Amino acid sequence: MIRLEDLTKIFETPAGEVVASDRVNMEVPEGEICVLLGPSGCGKTTTMKMVNRLVSPTSGKIYINDKDTDAYDPIKLRRTIGYVIQQIGLFPNKTIEDNICAVPDLLGWDRKKSRKRASELLEMVALDPGTFLKRYPKELSGGQQQRVGVIRALAADPPVMLMDEPFGAIDPINREVIQDEFLRMQGEFKKTIMFVSHDIDEAVKMADKIAIFDAGKLIQYDAPDDLLAHPKNAFIADFVGGDRTLKRLRLITVGEAMMADPPKVTAEETLDKATKLMEEHGHISVVMTGPKGRARGIVYLADARGAKGKVGEHHHKLPATIHMREDLRTAVSMMFTHDETSLAVVDDDGFYKGYVTQRGITHLLGATYRDT
Amino acid sequence: MARTTRPATLDAMETETPGRSGVLGVLRSGIDRMAGSTLLAAAIEGDQVGRAWRWMVLAAIFASGAWAWASGLLPDILALQEDILYLLNQHIGMVVISGGLAIAIGIPLGIWLSRPYMRRYAESLMQILNIGTTIPTLAILALSMSVLGIGTTPAIFGLFVATLLPIVRNAYAGCQSVPPHLIESATGMGMTPLQILRRVEVPNALFVIFAGVRTALAINVGTVPLAFLIGGGGLGELIFQGIALNDFGMMLAGAIPTALLAILVDFLLAQCQYWLIPRGVNPLR
Repeated sequence: MIRLEDLTKIFETPAGEVVASDRVNMEVPEGEICVLLGPSGCGKTTTMKMVNRLVSPTSGKIYINDKDTDAYDPIKLRRTIGYVIQQIGLFPNKTIEDNICAVPDLLGWDRKKSRKRASELLEMVALDPGTFLKRYPKELSGGQQQRVGVIRALAADPPVMLMDEPFGAIDPINREVIQDEFLRMQGEFKKTIMFVSHDIDEAVKMADKIAIFDAGKLIQYDAPDDLLAHPKNAFIADFVGGDRTLKRLRLITVGEAMMADPPKVTAEETLDKATKLMEEHGHISVVMTGPKGRARGIVYLADARGAKGKVGEHHHKLPATIHMREDLRTAVSMMFTHDETSLAVVDDDGFYKGYVTQRGITHLLGATYRDT
Repeated sequence: MARTTRPATLDAMETETPGRSGVLGVLRSGIDRMAGSTLLAAAIEGDQVGRAWRWMVLAAIFASGAWAWASGLLPDILALQEDILYLLNQHIGMVVISGGLAIAIGIPLGIWLSRPYMRRYAESLMQILNIGTTIPTLAILALSMSVLGIGTTPAIFGLFVATLLPIVRNAYAGCQSVPPHLIESATGMGMTPLQILRRVEVPNALFVIFAGVRTALAINVGTVPLAFLIGGGGLGELIFQGIALNDFGMMLAGAIPTALLAILVDFLLAQCQYWLIPRGVNPLR
């Protein structure tokens, strides 16, 4: 847990005093990622750098796991905090192995133990230890270097991590991959992380909570969905963008939004029964499943009504199905692609689990406004 | 005997072997190249090309050696063997002491100047050292003699002054050129300033520092023959006396070892630069 209390930093410049952080109060709960967000010069980086004393506060307190960090020697404090920067900062003169073991070496860990950990960590980010341990940073691509930068910060297993726009310099495709990889590791390690970003999409994706700064002040500190649904003022509404409701789509998975226990028919059933089922639910189509429940096709009301025979003779191919784990943004995009207003939802084995509709999504996103 | 007939012999050689100027040309450009290789750019070249040149230079040396023997010049030179060895010893002594002093003082000084608290004064201090390079080396030796008198000590001091700046400047520039984010990253992970200096700054500046040492020692070795003029001894004694006495053999007895020594020193330093600097920060590897 990281807690900031009235944290203030004033820089003395020839042009006068500049308030970089203005009485910031916030708490990052244990095991969560808090993204500090804001335009350049808003004080988010300064605020973060005070946590590991790269910038010393003018006033205010910082507590890590309820201990006042003033009580620590800055050098010792930093060794217990993982630090990742945008420029990566791998040491060109050291091999990847020695880079990863930099902090364990400072802490005087047993060499065998730290080297073993280096290979384990490399494996976690899908880099083969046999290939990469003895290489030098210049022999790695940018994306690979930043993976090493992240695991280097994790090497000594610090409870707290600070990340300063860690994925900012990586191309968009690789960035998504590394973000996913990092979220997966975070799911396992549960570090308390302060993460600086200027990219609202990255923040929405990574954060458990987002803190938006402007001119040194913490303006709003909320969970991503609350922030996007209820921006506190015009500045934040502007910053998160006019399409902020669309951004909320990323935060909800199809599994959460779908209608479960959907009506379904099998190939052997009669069209008559299918028609009744659709009319009963007010649907214009129904999904046909195989004997075990896998989604196999679709029957439309227009075809079934008044017709005779079995479902199997009149079904169509499903235009698209979506996995439960996907987010709603993908679902909506898929609906637009296939010109459909609903999608069949399947699980890992292709079993038909439910459906999502455009109307259902709209209703879900609107819920937060109806409650208040 | 050879001395008086030499011009004639030379003329004869000129006409007899038209290929000679070609050989000399190759030799000269080979040496030029080796001298030029102190420059970083020239040093980063194909290995193949480098090897071919080395063989050509060796062949040229062999050819000129054969010619020197035939013309009676080599026996002249060999007659001075004892002098050569004694003076070479003295010569190397001056290089080692003045160069060693310059390295021992120059590198720490350059690193010290690159510390954040020194940055305001660094450029001005560097200007003072710059005087050492601006003043012609001969003048430095003369000035040094006027203060310290005649002998080896003022010669070594003069050489030291002339050698110091490239070392200091490169050590300073090398440390300055270490990217700030490396320092930030090292600080952020909890290294002390001394650990940052030893584990991050110096290793990453090493290539530039080494380039400075190479340049400085090239200047140093090239200047040592002048030490004779203020009574410092060394191979300059043979060169200057050879010129004064119009003794071609004696002159070459000084000049050839001086030239070979310069090439050897540069070669050894180049090898050190190649092998001693870790692969991650060595643009040559």
